Amino acid sequence: MNDQSAPMQALTLKDFTSDQEVRWCPGCGDYAILKCMQRTLPELGVSRENTVFISGIGCSSRFPYYMNTYGFHTIHGRAPAIATGLKLANPELDVWVITGDGDGLSIGGNHLMHVLRRDVDLNILLFNNKIYGLTKGQYSPTSDVGTRSPSTPQGSVDPALNPLSFALGSGARFIARTVDTAQKHMPIVFERAHAFKGAALIEILQNCIVYNDAVWENITDKKTAADHQLLLEHGKKMLFGPDGNKGIRFNPDTIALEVVTVGEGGITEDDVLTHDETNHQLARMLVELGAHPGEPMAMGVIYADQADHSYTDAVLAQVNAQKGRRSLKDMMYAGQTWEVK
Amino acid sequence: MVSEVQVLESAVVRFAGDSGDGMQLTGSQFTNSTALSGNDLATFPDFPAEIRAPAGTTFGVSAFQINFGARAIKTVGDRPDVLVAMNPAALKVNLANLRPGGLLVVDTGAFTPRNLQKAGYEENPIGTDALHDFQLIELDMSKMTLEAVKEFGLGTKDALRCKNMWTLGLMLWMFSRKREPVIDWLKDKFKKAPELADANIAALNAGHAFGETAELSATFKRYQIGATHTDPGTYRTVTGSQALSWGIAAGGELAGLEIVLGSYPITPASPILHALSGMKDLGVVTFQAEDEIAAVCAAIGASYGGALGVTSSSGPGIALKTEAIGLAISTELPVVVINSQRGGPSTGLPTKTEQSDLYQAIYGRNGDAPMPVIATRSPGDCFEVAIEACRLAVKYMTPVMLMTDGFIANAAEPWKLPDLDALDPFPVTFATAPADGSDFNPSKRDPKTLARNWAKPGQPGCEHRIGGIEKSYDTGDISYDPANHQKMTDTRMNKVAGIADDIPLQTVDQGDDKGTLAIVGWGSTYGPISEAVKCARAEGISVSHVHLRYLNPFPRNLGDLLSGFSKVLVPEMNAGQLKTVIRDKFLIDAKPLNKVSGQPFKIQEILDAIRAEAAN
Repeated sequence: MNDQSAPMQALTLKDFTSDQEVRWCPGCGDYAILKCMQRTLPELGVSRENTVFISGIGCSSRFPYYMNTYGFHTIHGRAPAIATGLKLANPELDVWVITGDGDGLSIGGNHLMHVLRRDVDLNILLFNNKIYGLTKGQYSPTSDVGTRSPSTPQGSVDPALNPLSFALGSGARFIARTVDTAQKHMPIVFERAHAFKGAALIEILQNCIVYNDAVWENITDKKTAADHQLLLEHGKKMLFGPDGNKGIRFNPDTIALEVVTVGEGGITEDDVLTHDETNHQLARMLVELGAHPGEPMAMGVIYADQADHSYTDAVLAQVNAQKGRRSLKDMMYAGQTWEVK
Repeated sequence: MVSEVQVLESAVVRFAGDSGDGMQLTGSQFTNSTALSGNDLATFPDFPAEIRAPAGTTFGVSAFQINFGARAIKTVGDRPDVLVAMNPAALKVNLANLRPGGLLVVDTGAFTPRNLQKAGYEENPIGTDALHDFQLIELDMSKMTLEAVKEFGLGTKDALRCKNMWTLGLMLWMFSRKREPVIDWLKDKFKKAPELADANIAALNAGHAFGETAELSATFKRYQIGATHTDPGTYRTVTGSQALSWGIAAGGELAGLEIVLGSYPITPASPILHALSGMKDLGVVTFQAEDEIAAVCAAIGASYGGALGVTSSSGPGIALKTEAIGLAISTELPVVVINSQRGGPSTGLPTKTEQSDLYQAIYGRNGDAPMPVIATRSPGDCFEVAIEACRLAVKYMTPVMLMTDGFIANAAEPWKLPDLDALDPFPVTFATAPADGSDFNPSKRDPKTLARNWAKPGQPGCEHRIGGIEKSYDTGDISYDPANHQKMTDTRMNKVAGIADDIPLQTVDQGDDKGTLAIVGWGSTYGPISEAVKCARAEGISVSHVHLRYLNPFPRNLGDLLSGFSKVLVPEMNAGQLKTVIRDKFLIDAKPLNKVSGQPFKIQEILDAIRAEAAN
């Protein structure tokens, strides 16, 4: 009797949990993300053997060791390139790339740009805590100007990078944002990214309790979150605030988005924009929201516009169109040859 | 007029002109016709790094040298017997090397005051003592080409582009080569512009006819060189890049794995990327990455996925790949890393040849990170060496460094096509789920080869994690245990060292197994060393030639073999790298013979060194 013919048992969180002891600092935002992933994968109905986690270097990149799937902890910044090679070898695999603001945007910025441009079918989770954790607290490319760190004792002077703005500029076709503690919201974003055929980038606002504690507090604290998060849903009005009466309007004079209050100054819900996740111009403005006081940060799927076929499909289609037409012998004997008898 | 035909054993012809004169095309077509005549041959394309250096300058001179003959040809020839100089700059750069008494063909039409000045000539050398030592043939090829193609109504510039075909026609006549292969090639090349095909063919025919009918001096003889290959079989000409790419494809087939090449364009390695990109028929997948690091990482990712990852570059690119090669060593994944060496350091001499990356191959990584290193000696040899690189990579679960160089990559030689059915397959068996239902252990090793077992994603029951952090010898999990790190370091060393049991013992290419003097070489110095040793032996000097394919590990018997000689001389196109490795491994007083001019060794240079050693 073959075990494989037995009916498939539904997998649980436990099935996706490896036997390795988790070694992040107590209170690290990574724990919540890990749990959420282990809980969401069974709900997506995926198999352990077809799921692969690939990471670079950094705190977040220890993630694959804790997933009871296939996993590859690679070198600093290069996970997107390794994942691209893996997909070229086996496009059927479900590949998740785990990276951070240092790994993905500093040392590995080039690879992240090109994996997004190529639209390789991957789910990329970028844990953004605006700091280098594993190397003990240096400022990162997403750190705010003035961040005091061991390498910037007088405060950093270089402007911060917006990961999703970078992604859109690189040609990304799926970008989303969520928060490490958002245990209800995060699974929805994971599910959408998983269903998307192409490169799906999720920025996760993540708290480093040791080196950059509370850097996202304004946005994530329960008391202030409603004023600082714009939860996007395709086809729904862009409303937020504790009373749900604040909205986002397009101002044609400034060619920018602005915050309005419904019911004040003659503003009605009709003035508020409706989210269209396929609108690239809108996405370009939404990713910048939050840069000015009073603006909320856009959460959820900001942009999703699936291409007809992914990069690996296109590459392998070219190979398969020619495969088997000629043998190695045919190729070697093609052209001018001569016989010696 | 029937010209006198003189029978020669071999000849060296060098075509030299401006970068835009089409000398590489002329040379490669002459090569093709020569190969089809059954001669053995060796070629040396020698061109500037700039795509189009300023016309008429000495640094813009592009040359193509071919040595061909009725006997085995192992080098491109020390000194040309015939030099074709298409302009004053080409004459200036190449004249010093022309054999005294050699034939010098110049296009007088290009010897204008402006071109002479650009080449740095104060007066026209034609007609002066400067050319006394040679048999000078002055031809206004520019003018004769223009006349030959007049009827096709091309502009002067386009018409002059046919000059190289006129020259080729003359040379084909001079060495009794067939025009048909060139005509077929022109028709194919200019399929979409038949008028250009016609004009070029007309120029070719005109050059040939000129040879037939011209009333030239008695020096302008016609030469006949007989066929040379006697080993029955089907032959073709092949460049190193081509043979190497076929070898990789064959290696994939013998392993039963798909080939995935990750590569980034770099001189002189790009032809391998191009060749493998044209092998989709065999299921080869190629990926032009965003940089060298992504290229090797994609290869590693592909191997992790159960394909055979390959990456190809030159020294500067290999340097960038170093960290990732360390990852492949640490995670024990098979990857073939090809280095087409060029002059260094840094950007160095992109189009010139050197073999100065041996230290980089053997030692050039952080940590104790051993990997096998093998080298090819000639264009045809690339096929077998590439297969061997694939075999070692999958059998020992390790990256393998395959060393070739710019000279081998671009050079062509006649090659007897191998019997593919006779090649020994080395099929890979992937791990499956443990029968007892336990967790899969990625660190389980074959007791003989020490290779770890290889499970690919998609295989149920084999889920596991790997990474660049040190792993437990027993479980494969992360381990910082001191004793374990010692054991893993030893295991990685022993695994690579053990390959010595799986490779042939070192043989002596020429000469006795012991004696006074051994010349030890590796890579593309094979030809000149072989010829020099042959000459020295003919002079009665006791000398043997040992040529290495396996550089890490060395063949088991190499130390004993070299100890059987009183003197060991190592000619290398670097500052003495193999010499140092041999001294380190065997405590043998190996002596260096170094040349780092970007040019291959001349037979004479090595012969002189052998004579000097023998006289001591």
